[in-house]
Amino acid sequence: MQVSSVVRDPLVTGGKTVKDVSHDISRQVEGSPTRLWWMAMAVSSVFFAFGFYCVCTLLWNGVGVWGLNKTVGWAWDITNFVWWVGIGHAGTLISAILLLFRQRWRMSINRAAEAMTIFAVICAATFPLMHMGRLWLGFYWALPLPNAFGSLWANFNSPLLWDVFAISTYFTVSLVFWYIGLIPDFAVIRDRAVVQGNMLRANVYNALSFGWQGGAKTWMRYESVALILAGLSTPLVLSVHTIVSMDFATSVIPGWHTTIFPPYFVAGAIFSGFAMVLTLLLVTRVVFKLEDYITIYHIELMNIIIIVTGSVVGVAYITELFISWYSGVEYEGYAFYNRVQGPYAWAYWSMMTCNVISPQLFWIKKIRTSIAATFILSIIVNIGMWFERFVIIVTSLHRDYVPSSWTMFHPTMYDIGEYLFTFGLFFCAFLLFAKFFPVINMAEVKSIIKVGSERVAAEEIPVMEESNDTHH
Amino acid sequence: MDAEKNYLVGVFDDEDVLLSGVTSIRESGVKIHEVYSPFPVHGLDEVLGYKRSRLPIAAFLFGLTGTSLALTMQIWMLGYDWPMIIGGKNFVSLPPFIPVTFELTVLLSALGMVATFMIVSDLKPYRWPRQFDLRSTDDKHVMAIDLALNHGKSKSEITSILKAAGASEVNEKNFE
Repeated sequence: MQVSSVVRDPLVTGGKTVKDVSHDISRQVEGSPTRLWWMAMAVSSVFFAFGFYCVCTLLWNGVGVWGLNKTVGWAWDITNFVWWVGIGHAGTLISAILLLFRQRWRMSINRAAEAMTIFAVICAATFPLMHMGRLWLGFYWALPLPNAFGSLWANFNSPLLWDVFAISTYFTVSLVFWYIGLIPDFAVIRDRAVVQGNMLRANVYNALSFGWQGGAKTWMRYESVALILAGLSTPLVLSVHTIVSMDFATSVIPGWHTTIFPPYFVAGAIFSGFAMVLTLLLVTRVVFKLEDYITIYHIELMNIIIIVTGSVVGVAYITELFISWYSGVEYEGYAFYNRVQGPYAWAYWSMMTCNVISPQLFWIKKIRTSIAATFILSIIVNIGMWFERFVIIVTSLHRDYVPSSWTMFHPTMYDIGEYLFTFGLFFCAFLLFAKFFPVINMAEVKSIIKVGSERVAAEEIPVMEESNDTHH
Repeated sequence: MDAEKNYLVGVFDDEDVLLSGVTSIRESGVKIHEVYSPFPVHGLDEVLGYKRSRLPIAAFLFGLTGTSLALTMQIWMLGYDWPMIIGGKNFVSLPPFIPVTFELTVLLSALGMVATFMIVSDLKPYRWPRQFDLRSTDDKHVMAIDLALNHGKSKSEITSILKAAGASEVNEKNFE
């Protein structure tokens, strides 16, 4: 019999043992990269190299090479920044919030999702830094450091400065959380390398594992650390995108000055983050043959989160429209009329289609358990979420209070180039991670083999058989 | 290092056998040096008689440091060192200081707790651990018994206690 429980589907299929887990997941790290990996790396490197040229040109000439103008002072740069930060949210949500809620299905996806978070936040951070123009002064202006202008300090009343603190804290804590999780798994690779006689690898992974041994006392402390980090990261997940939304909400620009922004941005971030996790994991599980660990059940559960957050985002769009009319403020009303009807209506309706209609397809079980449909929809959601940020930023700016300054925004090669740069950076980093680091948290998956896998089902839990009988 | 150390190493295949085994081994008077597992076994710390970790207290204290640091920094910088009127707000106005205060609380709490964890668990990048059995990171639970701590009992006596408790094999391990 291959049924483990009538209540839940098995989290690990294929009758895996604890030993199989070490083998299946360490094997990518130990073997040489596949042809597919090299191909993906080559494509990502081309993006990276072209983007790097654009970034260098930007730093040499200044932000004038972008398509910004007097009216539209924020465009692709801040759109991309908010989009990448949003992408990052799913990783911390999976590792922190789902850990606190004792959701065991997070275990085979948390490692890759956290890696995604870290790389996405790095990509995000490049945009505000580039936008400052003089990158080398950026850190110095943004941080409260003693400076040459008398004792002039950074302005702690500004949401832009809160952003600096929020993003850097988020990045640091996510990195630490991710690394703490990697430590026991590095030790697995080290010990396998000792057995295989590869002392170079053993030494490298021993250094990475900080000499981990896995004593009961260390595991006890480790679990305590993981739980507190989850407890600390949970409000952090909510605070980061809330603060990003305040960059807009505390301004007086019609279309930005909205109290719904914090929860709406957080939901949107989780929405796009889960879409990106799905895009990445659907590829990873096939390339690394991890179908037994990242199962259709995992994909289905992530799709359910997409339905929930997608619906929240949909409600927020409609609320925004309603309030712009109900408030009776003519500028606010015009900003939204212009979004729906103006020259950027195509962007608005792309956003509506991608974000409001497409996730609703996941109500159909056949679609949310289909790999192909999930893959396509996950990309559509990410496109839609990019448009959401573009619509908020550009449509609110391009027609301001003075009609003589109304204008359009046209991206230049350098706008596009820097976006491609972050794609190259992100995928190069993710591919290196997938090659040299275990992509699935072995220690956590091992701990559920006994209760959450297909294998034990029939053999060792007679109670389950009884309940199966009554059920069928 | 100490002089030669002799250990008996019991290997367990299953975490439930290990949990009941630890209880019966401790009842028979054998002192366990440490148990090494490939994954966290819940309840193992209790049957081994370990006290609860005090890391939460460390996290709290580091968090408190972050809060006070952030508040002191902002109040001093904007309120006293270089007061500036920004949007007609008071020089020292707490609401806009909350985001930075929250972030620094979380940052110091997380970093401080993790550093404490690394130090108390003796985790360092250049340290090679003393490994009793390489399979302890793969799929076996490995129990190390320090013979120096169990003077009253012979090797064969401890071996039979381990076997009776469910160990699938018992090996000897010497460290210099």
